[in-house]
Amino acid sequence: MASSNKHKSISYAKWGYIFILPFFIAYGLFQLWPMFQTIRDSFYSKMTVGLIEYPEEFVGFDNYVDLFKEGEIFTYFGNTFIIWIIGFIPQIFISLLLAAWFTDLRLKIKAQGFFKVVIYLPNILMAAAVSMLFFAIFSDIGPINDVYKSITGSESPYQFFAHITSTRVIIAIINFIMWYGNTTILLMAAIMGVDPSLYEASEIDGATPSQTFWQITIPSIRPILIYVLVTSLIGGVQMYDIPQIITNGEGSPTRSSMTVVMYLNRQISVGKNYGKAGTISVVLFIVAAVLSLAVAAFNSKDQLAERKAAKLKKKKMKGALKI
Amino acid sequence: MSASTTDHVGEHTNKTKLLVRRIVAYVVLVLLTIISLLPFIIMIINATRSHPDIQKGFKFVLGSSFGSNFKHVFNNTDIPLLYGLRNSLIVAGCCALLSTYFSALTAYGIHVYDFKLKKFAFAFILVIMMVPAQVSALGFYRFMDSVGLTNNLIPLIVPSIAAPATFFFMKQYMDSSLPLEIVEAARIDGCGEFRTFNSIVMPILKPAMAVQGIFTFVANWNNYFIPSLIIDQKELKTLPIMVAQLRSADFLKFDLGQVYMMIFVAIIPVVVVYLALSKFIIRGVALGSVKG
Repeated sequence: MASSNKHKSISYAKWGYIFILPFFIAYGLFQLWPMFQTIRDSFYSKMTVGLIEYPEEFVGFDNYVDLFKEGEIFTYFGNTFIIWIIGFIPQIFISLLLAAWFTDLRLKIKAQGFFKVVIYLPNILMAAAVSMLFFAIFSDIGPINDVYKSITGSESPYQFFAHITSTRVIIAIINFIMWYGNTTILLMAAIMGVDPSLYEASEIDGATPSQTFWQITIPSIRPILIYVLVTSLIGGVQMYDIPQIITNGEGSPTRSSMTVVMYLNRQISVGKNYGKAGTISVVLFIVAAVLSLAVAAFNSKDQLAERKAAKLKKKKMKGALKI
Repeated sequence: MSASTTDHVGEHTNKTKLLVRRIVAYVVLVLLTIISLLPFIIMIINATRSHPDIQKGFKFVLGSSFGSNFKHVFNNTDIPLLYGLRNSLIVAGCCALLSTYFSALTAYGIHVYDFKLKKFAFAFILVIMMVPAQVSALGFYRFMDSVGLTNNLIPLIVPSIAAPATFFFMKQYMDSSLPLEIVEAARIDGCGEFRTFNSIVMPILKPAMAVQGIFTFVANWNNYFIPSLIIDQKELKTLPIMVAQLRSADFLKFDLGQVYMMIFVAIIPVVVVYLALSKFIIRGVALGSVKG
């Protein structure tokens, strides 16, 4: 095949460029160029206060110094992380449990197709609409407060969105409901890719289900677990739709639910402070890049040696993966 | 005690254990099903009830105001939902078409041809796959503003030509199911390169393109951040922006029947598509994720 490729390269190379050209033009124009502009903006001061538009001025690293001195960005990274982790812990726990059960041949869970369809459903729904729905359900006049009032006999509703913990937990619950199905499917695919002879051997040796789970399943799917963890963290850093709508962009109460991207959005559309917005974008980019590099590092370490095995696995998985 | 009795006892306890495990598993699964579905059941029920009815408290009974809520929602001039549906359909539909076609084209270019920058191009796309869209949002917004394309659906559609994740999926699919012999055979028969792609390769890629088309459609149907920066003219708003507006409006004074109905309208098309194609979608999630 190598020789035939070489032969082709003589006459057909230009087609390669032609075919990939639209992608790169679109990427350059709508992503790369805007990204350079964003980075450039982070070194300029440009803002509109009221009706007065201040002229653009090069300020070097002043925006960065200001951003870190103010320190709000740390608070918002902290909020984002706290809300993410509240949702992620039950997410990974439940997903692992479900994935182990669904793939357990002795357990033989019936109606798997139905359960998978149900748990994956929230993942494809509009986060904005789901958030609005939860806001309505937990609002002062929502069904949860009906239950609360009838249980406690209290006349006044519990104001879920006036308390720091309940607001954060509700956002995390929405994250959890929207993502645990997705994680379950990923982990299932990973578990089904594990060499079945390992499970057979453990059964012959009389291992209990929990022993099999901890000694075989977990170590075998470690790369996917790390992949899930870090991609979820990267997704978490970008958390926006849900807290934005739940708190109407205010991050209330007292900015305790303000995430980094909400902060960025405020600088663009409310504050019209492009210097600061650019700076936040660059910081966000660096954080996401570091996390992505972590994925890449783990992937190459864990998977380089297993590449051949993984290809085999994938072929098997295609056959085995029925819902 | 003879060996056979211990075996028998062991089998017996094993069976009990299995039964217990099975019961626990089903209880948890049923609970999770309830947690996942309850909010949407509440939504459907409340979409059929009138505002005063909803305020009286929640009941697991369908009301009789579905029709009037539906009419009110579509006659609301502050939030013109019909426009929202139209805009979201246009944006999500065009994005699905553009992104699957051009991703397949790009993947094909890299898969079939040999050229100097091939390795670089491939590595480049893998790297940018992880860059969050928000990072360039400011520049994108200002760029569109400077060329007068805010309050226009074009900036929501055309950038989807470059979809790294879709590309990656297509490339993987080609690695496993597009033999180069087919391309060579087409060439021998005198078929042009574009025609080979459009009329011979595309049919082979159909399953992958369908899965990615659905994902892109859903992702753009649900997309909120970028559209909310670009659009603020009410006739051009997409559904997520309109739904977010419900929250901005003084929520407690809003007609709750309409609120639930609007959420219902925003998510139900995707639910219908999902239920019809759930098999492919779930398989697609599993396949797309496992890196070879």
